[in-house]
Amino acid sequence: MQLIKPDINVNFVGWRNKAFLLSGAIILAGLITLFVRGGLRMGVDFAGGMLIQVKFDKPTNSSKIRQALSGLVSDASIQQIGSEKEHEYLIRTDTIHEELKSLSTVIGNALTKAYGPGPQVLRVEMVGPKVGRDLRQKALQAIFYAFLFIALYISWRFEPKVSSGLAMLFIMGLGIYLLNALNLNAEYLIGGALVVTLALCWFLRLPYALGALLSLVHDILITIGIFALFNKEFTLEVFAALLTLSGYSLNDTIIVYDRIRENRNRDKKLGFGEMINSAINQTLSRTVLTSMTVFFVILMLFLFGGTVIHDFCFAMLIGVITGSYSSVFVASPILIAYEDLRGRKKLPAPGARREELASGAVRGAGARRPVVRDREIKPVQLTENSAVSAVDLPNSATGQAGTATPAVGGAAVRPAEPKAARKPKKPRKQSARPAGARKSGA
Amino acid sequence: MKSIAMRALIAAVVLVAGIFCLVPTFVSSPLPGLSDILPGKIHLGLDLQGGMHLVLEVETGKAVENAADTLAEDIKDTLRTKKIWFTQVARTGKWNIEAVLPSNAQLNGFDAAIRNGFPMLTSTSEKTSAGGTKIVLAMSPQEVGKLRTRAVQQAIETIRNRIDQFGVREPDIRLAGTDQIIVELPGIKDPQQAISLIGKTAVLEFKLVAQNVTQQQIDEHKLPLGVKLYPMRSSNATAPQTMIPLEDKTVLTGQYITDARVEIGGGNSFGQATIGLDFDRQGAKIFERITGDNVGRKLAIVLDGVVYSDPVIKERIPDGRAVIEGAYSDEDARVLAIALRTGRLPAPVKIIEQSTVGPALGHDSIRDGVLASAIGGIGIILFMLVYYSLSGVVADLALVMNLILILAVMASVGATLTLPGIAGIALTIGIAVDANVLIYERIREELRLGKTPRAAIDTGYERATITIMDANVTSAIAALVLYEFGTGPVKGFAVTLFFGLAANMFTAIFVTRIIFDYFLTERRIKELSI
Repeated sequence: MQLIKPDINVNFVGWRNKAFLLSGAIILAGLITLFVRGGLRMGVDFAGGMLIQVKFDKPTNSSKIRQALSGLVSDASIQQIGSEKEHEYLIRTDTIHEELKSLSTVIGNALTKAYGPGPQVLRVEMVGPKVGRDLRQKALQAIFYAFLFIALYISWRFEPKVSSGLAMLFIMGLGIYLLNALNLNAEYLIGGALVVTLALCWFLRLPYALGALLSLVHDILITIGIFALFNKEFTLEVFAALLTLSGYSLNDTIIVYDRIRENRNRDKKLGFGEMINSAINQTLSRTVLTSMTVFFVILMLFLFGGTVIHDFCFAMLIGVITGSYSSVFVASPILIAYEDLRGRKKLPAPGARREELASGAVRGAGARRPVVRDREIKPVQLTENSAVSAVDLPNSATGQAGTATPAVGGAAVRPAEPKAARKPKKPRKQSARPAGARKSGA
Repeated sequence: MKSIAMRALIAAVVLVAGIFCLVPTFVSSPLPGLSDILPGKIHLGLDLQGGMHLVLEVETGKAVENAADTLAEDIKDTLRTKKIWFTQVARTGKWNIEAVLPSNAQLNGFDAAIRNGFPMLTSTSEKTSAGGTKIVLAMSPQEVGKLRTRAVQQAIETIRNRIDQFGVREPDIRLAGTDQIIVELPGIKDPQQAISLIGKTAVLEFKLVAQNVTQQQIDEHKLPLGVKLYPMRSSNATAPQTMIPLEDKTVLTGQYITDARVEIGGGNSFGQATIGLDFDRQGAKIFERITGDNVGRKLAIVLDGVVYSDPVIKERIPDGRAVIEGAYSDEDARVLAIALRTGRLPAPVKIIEQSTVGPALGHDSIRDGVLASAIGGIGIILFMLVYYSLSGVVADLALVMNLILILAVMASVGATLTLPGIAGIALTIGIAVDANVLIYERIREELRLGKTPRAAIDTGYERATITIMDANVTSAIAALVLYEFGTGPVKGFAVTLFFGLAANMFTAIFVTRIIFDYFLTERRIKELSI
């Protein structure tokens, strides 16, 4: 059986501007809602306060409940949950009781006084304001560290330059130290760290890490935005869902990137955009299938899993959709956008890491160098033949840098010559290497 | 490449070990003797079995204040033995000690006494005026830190003892941060009693009732020096509180108690529960002296600042026994006896987080969670079967093995299964097939290129393995971060997610490959059912 035809070729990349627009619009709508509402509606675990879930044996209404609990809670918001005939209510208030009393007993007694022995206190959660504040800080830190480690992992696996990865690690470490030393709020800390990370990806030429992180931010912003739009409560469980879906969304992104990395080394005839588009199409069947299975499981949990994990599943459902969408329409097109924006400086090809791992070769600059040189020679050949004027100065400069290490570069020149003669005009792809090579050479 | 038989053996051993680990979880009473070698079992989180979760904050400042009070008393004793005259030694401010000497004549002697006897104190100011010499002593920050840490440690110990004697199955009491204690009491029936037991400071003091204090003095709060008013415990909550004037000096404390037990009908209580106390030898000696010296006076028994009873001393009591009356219900008396037996809390605690899940909700949650996961799981198993036919069966086998391994690892490390944890397992099932989908899609691709089944499978696995690795590592990073920062149920979720990913790598890549290799080499199949 097959859902997606193997020869499918949808021009996803061609839709990228529309996709960016759509994503931007949804994110903007979410942010505006957030701004208008003055932030997310935080659950008791983050905001502090009290949450009471009660099941009645007969119909009642919120004003009756409010009256029964008048001495214990003030400004309570009361909502019915579950199906109509269950008579289950969720009572939420900012009141807290820190004295040594069992709240479930106290509330149970108050309800029994008003209703008789019918009501059943299903759960009570009380969180002091300090605990909530601590948890908020911890949650932001968690997001921050998750981002950091993921960015490092992706730079390590997808970018050919170990030195850039190390530089990033060093600067990130310094950045965290400085931001911590300034003793800022975690909100600013995470915002600052994110900006630093993205800027680093940009300047250190780590487009894959940039794309993965941007699509991650995209997914998280959309999920948070939708929570704001629906005015749903943001609880610790929802936060857990956010972190999980960030792992999942990256999972999707990585599978497409992995194919780009593979095609890059194999298909040399295609242009950069086409190559990325074909990678998306080749993995489309898998993307759709996996998203479907995961979506189905979570949908079942959402529908039948009970009230407690309802919001958790809701966040995951959004996350699975945006995760798959972003890996196709955001993460991969960002690579193209990056190349367009950075112009001639060009995107470094994903490293030859795949072959090395497969063949069990020792990874490192030494093992990879011949491959790098092999490809970078081509523009040198081209400029020497003056065949293509589109290859500009930096490239010829690279050529010199390349030949400056004669032991390796010299050896690679010869095998490269006939290839260059055979396919003379591919300025965009062929010049992909030099940017990175120039740096390491200089 | 290791032989198929070798790899099959590894897989079989892992599977058998996994099933072995699950025996205690699913079989209620394993064979006698077997339980010693079997690993632990999966615990259900509070959200599933119902129970109470508390986070207590120990007011460690109070413990330091108490220590300062004791130090002040010790200083007085030292000064008396050294014949250094003083007008006053008392705690001042938070935990400084202020000493007032009549003049500065004995200042050197005082300084020496403090230096030698109380190295944790340093003098911060000395002022001599007409009223005498006033010296302020401060506790060193290290000492304060030590006292705080010790207070929290003692509080945990005491609370643990109390809960053990109260009788809760598998309680969890542990430190969180520097001054917080997490208490988890699964399946607790009477949360109110448990809380009042945990939070009872249980400071027991014996004080003499002040003589010659008139009701007018009490009403006008004009009490003689060294006399304070204490509330009397009342059985009637609406009645106005009676105040009793007591001599401030504590003649005997609860630290000498060796046993406290509930007695029915002792003393003058007419069938009501009372608590019998036994003192150790030293306590008994003090008790004998006090009762001997004060026959005819009233001795008040004060617990946590409330007077429980104030019986008249009829005669000298030499056997070191006392009775507390006025603990009204049997259950109250039992809680009180435990609290007295396990000793006082070094400092009061307050509840900063409290959540109770009723057993009904926990039960519903398990039912719903398992049902939803089962529907999801079966749906996926059927889907894989339809979409990949026989190869789908292989993937499904891997899925089942994956599930067994997740649970086995959880059981062997004694992990806790929470409701989000069940969701995590369901999610893992969804993600687990991802690995096989990746491999199979790749194999299909290779087959379309005209490769033989053998070559297609080799390439498919080889290519997909790295992809699966990379993809799973990011999820694992998220799970690890969640585990580090999450609490309770969320931690449970992170645990299942992480183990699920690990088991997934093993079953989806290693185990399924063995099956394919077997059919290719041993059965020499020519066509793949994929």
